[in-house]
Amino acid sequence: MFPGALNSEYSHELKFVSSVQSIPTYQVMDTDGKVLDVANEPQMTREEARKIYKNMLTLNAMDQILYEAQRQGRISFYMTSFGEEALLGSAAALDPKDMVFGQYREAGVLLQRGFTLTQFMNQCYSNELDLGKGRQMPIHYGSRELHFQTISSPLATQIPQAAGAAYAMRREGTKLCTICYFGEGAASEGDFHAGLNMAATLGCPVIYYCRNNGYAISTPAIEQYRGDGIASRGVGYGIDTIRVDGNDIWAIYAATKAARKIAVEQNKPVLIEAMTYRVSHHSTSDDSSAYRSKKEVEDWSKRDNPIARMRSWLENKGWWAKGEDAEITKSAKAEVLAAFAAAEKLKRPAIKHLFEDVYDKIPPSLEREKAEIEELVKKYPDYYRVNDFARS
Amino acid sequence: MLQLRSATCLYRSYWRSQGSIITNRTKKLYSTTADNSIEPIRGLETGVSASKLLLRSVSSVRNNLELKAQNVAEGETCKMNMCQAINDALRLVLTTDNTCVVFGEDVAFGGVFRCSVGLADEFGSERIFNTPLTEQGIAGFAIGMASMGHTAVAEIQFADYIYPAFDQLVNEASKFRYRSGNEFNAGGLTIRAPSSAVGHGGHYHSQSPESFFAHVPGLKVVIPRSAVQAKGLLLSAIRDPNPVVFFEPKILYRSTVEQVPVDDYTLPLTSAEIVKPGKDITVVGYGSQIYALENAIQMIERDMPGISCELIDLRTILPYDAETVEKSVNRTGRLVIAHEAPKIQGFAAELAAEIQERCFLRLECPIERVCGLSIPHPLVYEHFYMPCAVRVYEAIKRSLTY
Repeated sequence: MFPGALNSEYSHELKFVSSVQSIPTYQVMDTDGKVLDVANEPQMTREEARKIYKNMLTLNAMDQILYEAQRQGRISFYMTSFGEEALLGSAAALDPKDMVFGQYREAGVLLQRGFTLTQFMNQCYSNELDLGKGRQMPIHYGSRELHFQTISSPLATQIPQAAGAAYAMRREGTKLCTICYFGEGAASEGDFHAGLNMAATLGCPVIYYCRNNGYAISTPAIEQYRGDGIASRGVGYGIDTIRVDGNDIWAIYAATKAARKIAVEQNKPVLIEAMTYRVSHHSTSDDSSAYRSKKEVEDWSKRDNPIARMRSWLENKGWWAKGEDAEITKSAKAEVLAAFAAAEKLKRPAIKHLFEDVYDKIPPSLEREKAEIEELVKKYPDYYRVNDFARS
Repeated sequence: MLQLRSATCLYRSYWRSQGSIITNRTKKLYSTTADNSIEPIRGLETGVSASKLLLRSVSSVRNNLELKAQNVAEGETCKMNMCQAINDALRLVLTTDNTCVVFGEDVAFGGVFRCSVGLADEFGSERIFNTPLTEQGIAGFAIGMASMGHTAVAEIQFADYIYPAFDQLVNEASKFRYRSGNEFNAGGLTIRAPSSAVGHGGHYHSQSPESFFAHVPGLKVVIPRSAVQAKGLLLSAIRDPNPVVFFEPKILYRSTVEQVPVDDYTLPLTSAEIVKPGKDITVVGYGSQIYALENAIQMIERDMPGISCELIDLRTILPYDAETVEKSVNRTGRLVIAHEAPKIQGFAAELAAEIQERCFLRLECPIERVCGLSIPHPLVYEHFYMPCAVRVYEAIKRSLTY
């Protein structure tokens, strides 16, 4: 046959292909936390499961407090993960050394990997202990130690990057993979097309994880695409693809675990589309009631809440006592508030960091600009609020 | 994206067309309105083929100060054109750095300009490979590899097609280290792209996009002028711990044949080179423009006896070597800057402003910029568009007689 489609056969029927059957949504447990097929029961110890659930509660507590902190003007910006806490299940299914590329609503992955509340707060406060040296907006986290690439604002740019990183990992022969998160809106960017096609043609061990939460800021998914979600595109690129219930942490966990096996053993990309609902406003700069009803949001968070589902599952197993939630939330909140208060007290990073890391070394042209600013800072220390910044 | 079927034959016909001007075989006057002034180019051997700047002989390599400093001037040399020198640099880095990979559109069979010939056979398809036709994908993929500490040498087939990768280069590669507080970097990234005019490249096989990238802190932008320069600068670019965009003037691929040291050597980035010393005026350019400047200087020194011009090859556009130009202008008091890219917002504007700040009291005349016209790069009118030797000659004369 033709080189461009080796498996195609001739047909004598003039027929356009328009729709195929919608890809089903894989689910392990129902909204009451009941595992529907015993074969799918997650292989998870009591302690592991409790740890994941505690992290979901902690993420929730952190989001509530930092959201309020932004409302009070104490940090400049914030984005919550409300409704998408089950994403933690994907982190639990990975090797801690697998490289993560995120979009911005994946704080749960960092939490699951051991990023401390103090580190979250330091970044949001842009203080002297922020790993990013106060240069990026809040929630643009990153940690080399935890194999989590620093978040950047431009959407989808991380998608082809993740393919490249995965190719590097494949060459290293370490049997590790890359996971790359993005929303369904970002999947409309050209970099989505570039990244998935490159990953498929070049054999990259990367898991593409799409958080399809129904909205990109105010734009509903129906205005974002007309195909069968994002998953149907994966098939078009020749990528093994699955759609999962994104509010079902065990469906996410199982799919990610299986995807990881394919990626690492067969050097192939895998696409997971996790269907969920963005209970959050898009960000603290957005009031989502301007484009969707409050009732719709409330209904979703009541009817199908990933945290409630996980709790029911734990309770069904007898691994979680009634009332433990309040206790955990209370202590998580106390922990967040303590980290928050400590972060708020710290100074901003030293002024010299303004000029460093543009290149590996400061070039002569930038040295001149640095000298100019330093002279002004000396001359007008109050104007530049030098006491707000660390000394060295 | 459109590509010429036979890009490799572009320069051949260009130099043929240039040849008819160079040798001035025809005595026919093309315009009845022409005055009787003698055309400055008359009687002069012009163009790369007649350049005295190229290191054509082994002895010229032995005498080259930079190569001496690298301890390769006395070593073995091999006659190479710029393609072969680039190929040689790639082979060297692939041999010494096992994390290095070379990829892009059509690089596996050797590349449309033959720069990667033989590499896939030698180093295997895992290290030298074709990508799908997607410039943003190529750049993003390269950044991802670099972020893992690997060396990624990516090719964009023509500099004219680098714009789909602009977001990845400007928002991602350049800011990778800074935004992460040095948790991650894309320093292992080098993007190579054939650039500049080639005689009949039209809008999309002729562009010089360096000034778009010269506005981006975090990137380095490098342009060589010859085979020896290309090898040394490319090796520096690939080994530099910062993302580098490396523009190769495609018209020089075959025409700049030099004795290239076989050994491993690097030429410094952010370091301009005084290729011809002089005392009366400083002339600055880079890439293929250097040869038009060389001719203009020859014409001036012929027509204005006693005058000597200093020619500086900037080599790195970002971060650039203002000090060498500053020192030169402080001696000469006059400056002409030339590049093929359009004049409006071109790199010459930056250099002119910087030198005006630094050398205000030493300047004897306005700084002249001789650049491409502020129009899309034209096909049949290229001869008018170019900052050719004649236009530079006129600009130098204006400066000297101001």
